[in-house]
Amino acid sequence: MRVLRDLFRDYRFALSFCTLCLLLILAALSAFSPYDPTLWGVVPRDLRPSRTYLLGTDSNGQDVFWQATFAVRNSLTISVIAGTVSRVIAVLIGMVAGYKGKGTDRVLMFISDSLLVIPLFLIIVLMAMLLREHMNLVRLGLLLAFFGWAWDARVIRSLVLSLREREFTQTAILSGTGTLRLVLNEYLPFATPLIFSTLINNMAWAIGLEMTLAILGLVSMSIPTLGTMLQWAINYQAILLGHWWWLSTPIVLAVLLFVALYWLSVSISEYLDPRTRIQRVGAQ
Amino acid sequence: MAFLRGYLIPRLVQYILVIFLGITAVFFIPRFLPNDPIVHTIAAIQARGATLDPGTMDEIVADLTEMYGLKGSMLQQYGAFWQRLFHADFGVSFFQFPTPVSRLVATALPWTAGLLLMTTFLSWTIGNIVGGLAGYFSRKRWSKALDTVAMVVRPLPYYIFAFALLLLLAYVVKWFPVAGGTSIGSKTAFNWPYIKDVLRHSFLPALSLTILGGAANFQTMKLIVQNVNAEDFVQYAKLGGVKEEKIVSRYVIRNAMLPQITGLALSLGQLFSGALITEIVFSYPGLGGLLYNAIVTGDYNLIMGITALSIVAITAAILVLDLLYPLFDPRIRHL
Repeated sequence: MRVLRDLFRDYRFALSFCTLCLLLILAALSAFSPYDPTLWGVVPRDLRPSRTYLLGTDSNGQDVFWQATFAVRNSLTISVIAGTVSRVIAVLIGMVAGYKGKGTDRVLMFISDSLLVIPLFLIIVLMAMLLREHMNLVRLGLLLAFFGWAWDARVIRSLVLSLREREFTQTAILSGTGTLRLVLNEYLPFATPLIFSTLINNMAWAIGLEMTLAILGLVSMSIPTLGTMLQWAINYQAILLGHWWWLSTPIVLAVLLFVALYWLSVSISEYLDPRTRIQRVGAQ
Repeated sequence: MAFLRGYLIPRLVQYILVIFLGITAVFFIPRFLPNDPIVHTIAAIQARGATLDPGTMDEIVADLTEMYGLKGSMLQQYGAFWQRLFHADFGVSFFQFPTPVSRLVATALPWTAGLLLMTTFLSWTIGNIVGGLAGYFSRKRWSKALDTVAMVVRPLPYYIFAFALLLLLAYVVKWFPVAGGTSIGSKTAFNWPYIKDVLRHSFLPALSLTILGGAANFQTMKLIVQNVNAEDFVQYAKLGGVKEEKIVSRYVIRNAMLPQITGLALSLGQLFSGALITEIVFSYPGLGGLLYNAIVTGDYNLIMGITALSIVAITAAILVLDLLYPLFDPRIRHL
């Protein structure tokens, strides 16, 4: 509880935490939607926001508010899949590279450096294009996860490199602890905060990339996500027709989501870093 | 000699390996995915309403196999792929049949290169100078205000930020043109109206890339400067009565610059991707616009060409930056 209280002293944490809670509630509301998100023409088209239709309706004949609840839910699902799976890859590669060193380290870091240097967006577009017909939420998440681990594997590796030199590593090895147990039991706790803050950043990255792919028409357009919602709005010339309620809903939700995730991660990592924590909560 | 062996050669080897790995990925990805570009292309032709009799169909399949470089065993194809790459031959484009892909890319490349070079230079210099000053005077009010702005802008993806700018400055207040690289019907010429036209069209894409890149540079630079500030030599200079402007420009920012050069090299691939996405938003006639058309029309040759060339170009640019690095860091120069 004390941790939470200290965190809430930072206005950025308080703000982003509340925003994320609101967005999560919005996503949860999708379970109570009176409409099926894949059906068209369930409500009158192109209505302005009113009491019956909170955020108006779109040119597909769908209710924008309820569509948005599904969009937030699905975008978050993709990002959680991408974030968690890429975390597993990053932790494995970072820990193995850092602990084994030598040749293994060099090969693994070469691969992750290459992924950093190459314009990944083009490769992802190429893959998404070939997989277009087979794309669903899970596959898209996995595709993004496959490319999203490089930087974080590097960060975890450098942490393990410094942990390896500490005395407790020698003590553990001399008292007969196996490599796997050493890494999982002794090193992982040190890496957990780091993994958590990179997870948040990676989730934001995945949502952003999903939106970009959706604009390019490379994801399944019948599944509502923040990206496909925006793509439908652009497709139906919502800009020229002045359907601002349709166009701005996914944009505003996305901006809120990105800023909230980023502020959360910055605030948490500042708190976890003892040097910056002292400035914030004072030495105790 | 030590410089050659300790710095130059390992880097050269690494870049050649990166190019090799990237191109190999571009070659193998389409071949391992459950989607046949030939079937796809034929479906696209039929979708346009053309009916094909079996004879023509076989001919088209044979032509496409040849064109996509799908003849022979995997190894032969792989060899042929490299051979074609060295001749910058990526076959003909489908979306502008029968223009060769290399010609399409060559026309689009100057637009992207110009945009990317200018915005990278601007965002790097402005972000670093402002970030450096904000880091040194981190307790001042303007520094905190700038920090908050950067905190809001930084997490936005290229697409959303560019699109929001487009909506605000081209639709709501009509200050800038909505799309394109020049006005419709204008001819390429080296006179002031044409140049002005190009600049006006490139202003919004450049602005969005500069702000996003600048915010990232601002934040990292501010953090680094705050750390350098705590170093003994800065305290010593202050106590010794060295003028504040001199401490900032000669000692603090110069020391903090080095990691930023490495950072620039590492982020070049992402900056390039960002430029492509921004070009798509503004229908800019660069590689991004070309890529968009290629995706919409299912033009595999064009996408492979753009991807392969980009990997080579970006890697080369990073190598150049890496080779320039010793100019800034005397410790490596005198290795």
